[in-house]
Amino acid sequence: MSETLKVVVERPDATVAILKTDGYINNAGGEEIAKEAYALLGTGVVRLLLDLEKTKIVNSIGISILIEILEKVLDQGGRLAFCRLTPTIEKTFQIMGLSQYARIFPASEPALSWLRGETE
Amino acid sequence: MEIAATAVVAALGELVDLGRDKIDEVKLAAVEACINAFEHSATPDHKVEISFLIGSDEADGDRAFLEVGVADSGRGFRPAELAAPEITAKLKSSRKRGWGIKIIESLMDNVRIESGEGRTVIVMRKYR
Repeated sequence: MSETLKVVVERPDATVAILKTDGYINNAGGEEIAKEAYALLGTGVVRLLLDLEKTKIVNSIGISILIEILEKVLDQGGRLAFCRLTPTIEKTFQIMGLSQYARIFPASEPALSWLRGETE
Repeated sequence: MEIAATAVVAALGELVDLGRDKIDEVKLAAVEACINAFEHSATPDHKVEISFLIGSDEADGDRAFLEVGVADSGRGFRPAELAAPEITAKLKSSRKRGWGIKIIESLMDNVRIESGEGRTVIVMRKYR
């Protein structure tokens, strides 16, 4: 497994952004995600979807950076969602209580619907 | 660094037929234990020992298991004094870290921590 995380940003429309990760989310990987997320927040895009289909491990340092991102998203009145998590990553997020503040979806479309406010 | 240990976890996990999800859980627990050992122990020799054990537990109906041990020669810590992390508090705090032990204890079936000045060992077991 490569230890260098790649992040690809997609803009399905003006209101939401998808950050697709590829690789291990550790401190360096978390910082890569944060860089992209904060750039989006800086332009007023506050509804973010993290698509972790190609990520098999997120360590606690990476998760702590995701919590930082979540805090900034919530501070700006936005929403954060995750999709396509492995069972272990989803279980870990549940253990940490992340799902109290961010939603977890099996696929991107329902996540985007929630981010846009089309569903609750 | 810590990812290297996960390759061994994967191989041994398949050997005892743990299943993919449980193997992933052991991988993450091992990663967390390694991170703790390298980052918090201040081990003077900058070394961490990782050991692996597969077997079956006679006391538990011969259930197969994979066990991972992570040891360091650092300053030790007191697990009972660790504050349990909580997400709402973390969101308001400048310190977002501190989840490692909670993750390990939640993902593994048995966790044993022995720690003192000069030696810390964490042993984590996952049953099939």
